[in-house]
Amino acid sequence: MAAPALILFGVFAIVPLFGVAALSFVHWDGLGAITWAGFDNWTAAANDPVSRGALWLTVKLTVLCVLFQAPVSLLLGVFLAGRQRYRSLLATLFFLPLLFSSAAVAITFTALLDPNFGAGSALDIAVLSQNWLGDPQLALYVVVFVIGWCFIPFHTLIYQAGTRQIPKELYEAARMDGAGAVQQFFLITLPMLKYTIVTSTTLMTVGSLTYFDLIFVLTGGGPGNATRVLPLDMYLTGFRSYDMGQASVLALVLVAVGLAVSLGLNRITGASRMDSRSEGS
Amino acid sequence: MKLGTSRRSLLALGAAAPVVATLGACGNRPGSSSADGATAWGLTGGAEEAMRASFEDWNEAHPDDQITAEYFANDAYKEKIRTAIGSGNAPTLVFGWAGATLADYVANDQVIDLTEPTSALTDRVLPSVVQVGMIDGSVYAVPNNQSQPVVMYHNNEVLEAAGTGVPETWSDLLAAVEALKAHDVVPIALAGQSVWPELMWISYLADRVGGEAAFQRVLDGEAGAWSHPDMLRAAQMITELVDAGAFGDGFASVVADAGADHALVSTGKAGMILQGSWIYPEFLTNAPDLVASGGLIFSTFPIVEGGAGDPSNIVGNPANYWSVASSAPEDAQQTATDYLSEAVYNDEHIDALLAIGAVPPVVGLEDRIAEEENNEFLEFTYAMVRDAAHFELSWDQALPADQAQELLNNLSRLFLGDITAEQFAEAMDATL
Repeated sequence: MAAPALILFGVFAIVPLFGVAALSFVHWDGLGAITWAGFDNWTAAANDPVSRGALWLTVKLTVLCVLFQAPVSLLLGVFLAGRQRYRSLLATLFFLPLLFSSAAVAITFTALLDPNFGAGSALDIAVLSQNWLGDPQLALYVVVFVIGWCFIPFHTLIYQAGTRQIPKELYEAARMDGAGAVQQFFLITLPMLKYTIVTSTTLMTVGSLTYFDLIFVLTGGGPGNATRVLPLDMYLTGFRSYDMGQASVLALVLVAVGLAVSLGLNRITGASRMDSRSEGS
Repeated sequence: MKLGTSRRSLLALGAAAPVVATLGACGNRPGSSSADGATAWGLTGGAEEAMRASFEDWNEAHPDDQITAEYFANDAYKEKIRTAIGSGNAPTLVFGWAGATLADYVANDQVIDLTEPTSALTDRVLPSVVQVGMIDGSVYAVPNNQSQPVVMYHNNEVLEAAGTGVPETWSDLLAAVEALKAHDVVPIALAGQSVWPELMWISYLADRVGGEAAFQRVLDGEAGAWSHPDMLRAAQMITELVDAGAFGDGFASVVADAGADHALVSTGKAGMILQGSWIYPEFLTNAPDLVASGGLIFSTFPIVEGGAGDPSNIVGNPANYWSVASSAPEDAQQTATDYLSEAVYNDEHIDALLAIGAVPPVVGLEDRIAEEENNEFLEFTYAMVRDAAHFELSWDQALPADQAQELLNNLSRLFLGDITAEQFAEAMDATL
């Protein structure tokens, strides 16, 4: 039964991957003749300060994204798994960003954050009318926030589902022993959510490594190179500078880093030996 | 569990969306050369209406030689056309900006020589504009819309309130910046996030300081062309303007695509803007009162005292161009060249362009323009293009793509104060 999936994966993932690997050893501008380059593209990419900066920026973005998204979505997920009033109304509101396309979100935020015509100047709130996307010191944090705004609902959903799987008896027993809400959270919810945390964090990490569309529309990599992360650098090198060879090198670096990170996360957290946490299994 | 169901369907919707998008993308294969008749890819916005009307007129008059046109957004088009040409799927009529891309096409035999078949058209066009479509003495691209010189627009109400006027020299400009700053408005609107409007500044400054030779050295690949004293001076002048606060604090978050730059001028939040002639129709739409009351004035770029540049020199796009793909079938090529020589800049096409405030680069249009209403801007740009000693193609079009990208990147850092003029020159010299 795995054959169709394998064929799809082969045609759309493995074959192009080999194509890209081959391209990384040639010079090609997308139009003219393809000439052999040997390791030229690899050494050029390794010595390119912009690409090196992009790699570092990607690592920074990934760390910031996980630090921002993980706690927020964990708390929201646990909250939404409960039985409070207005919960379903709030849940619907929280999940709205899931429905929007990244391009639309980015265009809207660009308009909202515009220092001259955005939300800040419209509402006359000085704090809001800053040079959000134009200040190299601020732009990356704004990008992290907008990415979080888009993806926290998804991870909240995972945490909500995970929390609902936790057997009620554990909480009942804890209450009988006199544990408060905070103790219940740290001693029952959090340990029981271990594998959910692993799954969600892996998705966040690998996702952050490849965020492209949102940043492309929001800042285009600017101001200067302040938000030029690796996927964006790859795109600009390939489709703006028409240097397909060097862009392929960057693509392979991304594949390697993505694979290494997700395998590494699995190994460290022991998710490969994942067993059920449900009662009675 | 009503909520549970709706949440599931919500998720299913989210999962289905990319699939639908992919399918949609696959279904659309425009411009495949097996299609009957000729095809053309144009750009949305700008003079799109005039282009559409021109093709419709042609198709009505020539039922056997149809041209099917499709229109794309600027950035999407630029990426699509290169892959299409590289893979032999180009439309018959290829929209372009001439410059280094055209030279690339010619070097790879992707477009045909148009010298003979379109001589009837090129005879009617201003020589400086025809020149841009020529490679090694042969015509490979012919203009298809209006000339797009870069001009200074001023909100005169703001300038007057600040006690200053239209700057004619570099020192006037610096003085005006100070006056406007003191009046608490952004002196000069600039869409820094889009970066290419910054190119207009350095192009004009380099030309006013060193004449057309300054950039010609770069085009010729002369070593040290960017650190030549004239070019370096232009880069230093950029830093002087930024340090003087000429563009305000927030210019790096302003985006040109949405028109957030000229909106600053039309709403009186900024005094002036350096932009292409293509934004004039937007002033007509967004600030009709300002235009009607004469509050919007336009001027050429200030001269630089002691500079070598001819004050009539202009920067911008002489026009956009049509080339004919060599991969197209012969009868489609024939249809395309017939269209170019007969229909481009015929009376109806010229009328359609003038009606949207766009001036085609055609000789002897003075009387036609004089008949138009509100023809002040038309007359201004037409005279500017007609009398220009040199019309310099936008640098990002004139340079090969990899150099152009390096230029945009380093230029944005120069404007941000990330690098000095000397570092800019050094980084750019490395691309030659």
